[in-house]
Amino acid sequence: MMNVRSRILIAALLSLLCGVSSAMKVGDVAPDFTRADLQGKQVRLADQRGKVVLLNFWATWCAPCREEMPVFSKWQKDLQAKGLKVIGVSMDDDATEVKRFLTQYPVSYPIVMGDAKFAEQFGGVLGLPLSYLIDAQGLVIARFQGEADLPKMEARVKELLSAR
Amino acid sequence: MMHTRFQPQRFIASFLSTCMMLVAANLALAAKPAASIPADKLVQPAEVAAQVKNGSAAKTLMLQVGFKTMFDQAHIPGSEYAGPGNTGAGLQVLRDRVAKLPKNSPILIYCGCCPWTRCPNMAAAYDALVELGFTHIKAMIINDDFGTDWVDKGYPTAKQ
Repeated sequence: MMNVRSRILIAALLSLLCGVSSAMKVGDVAPDFTRADLQGKQVRLADQRGKVVLLNFWATWCAPCREEMPVFSKWQKDLQAKGLKVIGVSMDDDATEVKRFLTQYPVSYPIVMGDAKFAEQFGGVLGLPLSYLIDAQGLVIARFQGEADLPKMEARVKELLSAR
Repeated sequence: MMHTRFQPQRFIASFLSTCMMLVAANLALAAKPAASIPADKLVQPAEVAAQVKNGSAAKTLMLQVGFKTMFDQAHIPGSEYAGPGNTGAGLQVLRDRVAKLPKNSPILIYCGCCPWTRCPNMAAAYDALVELGFTHIKAMIINDDFGTDWVDKGYPTAKQ
């Protein structure tokens, strides 16, 4: 029978051979990042410790993402004082279209540009929308892949804000 | 303790304003749905995965017509990037790639950026190939996204 060490080694080798990291798991520490938002202001995930973070991967071409954004924008306004921080990560290929879109449909939270490298830190972003809910200690509490159940997500956000 | 009184007018105004924003955002960026691709032109991921594994997919030109950030992270081995189908520039990349091919060349297009019913790329890419006269086009149907319907199923995957 294989021991644990052998199993881990085989898993690591398979992961390397596959070349694609598996999705980040709930309970993992969210990887830190620092990126400039579209206004040039630095956004660092570690600076949000003590707050509940909703990290939303989106793109201008993603219809369900566009439906979520006004809702997230409202949550940011309504729940900011209670410790919510929404951060949007655009997976568009370039920032020009994102800036144009946000001029038409502004949001109340910072947007940074993502890319393949950034996405890999979070276990890959191979479909949108994708959101992570990160608690005040920096742990990933929930992952919402695809069209999210927004009332359910809101309930989780409020639950985490109460537990701060 | 202070209690905020429920204000129906304010609630209705806020609700209507959110609805209007959603409708406006979607009207502005509406795309032809992937569901417009004829059913007999669709192929399931499992079938394509089997062809990649047994080598028969090598006869087909496989093109990802979605977004570069997605292709760079994961794509079907042997496939090429030729998108995105939702922009004129992206469609031109596709047209240029197939320009010199015989019209009966087997071509498979796929995306997986978002749920099939909301994909902005597939129908436009399919229509462009039809307009060019290609007769052997297949479109891989990805119900949720490339991560869920391909990578997570353990199908062969490459990255840039």
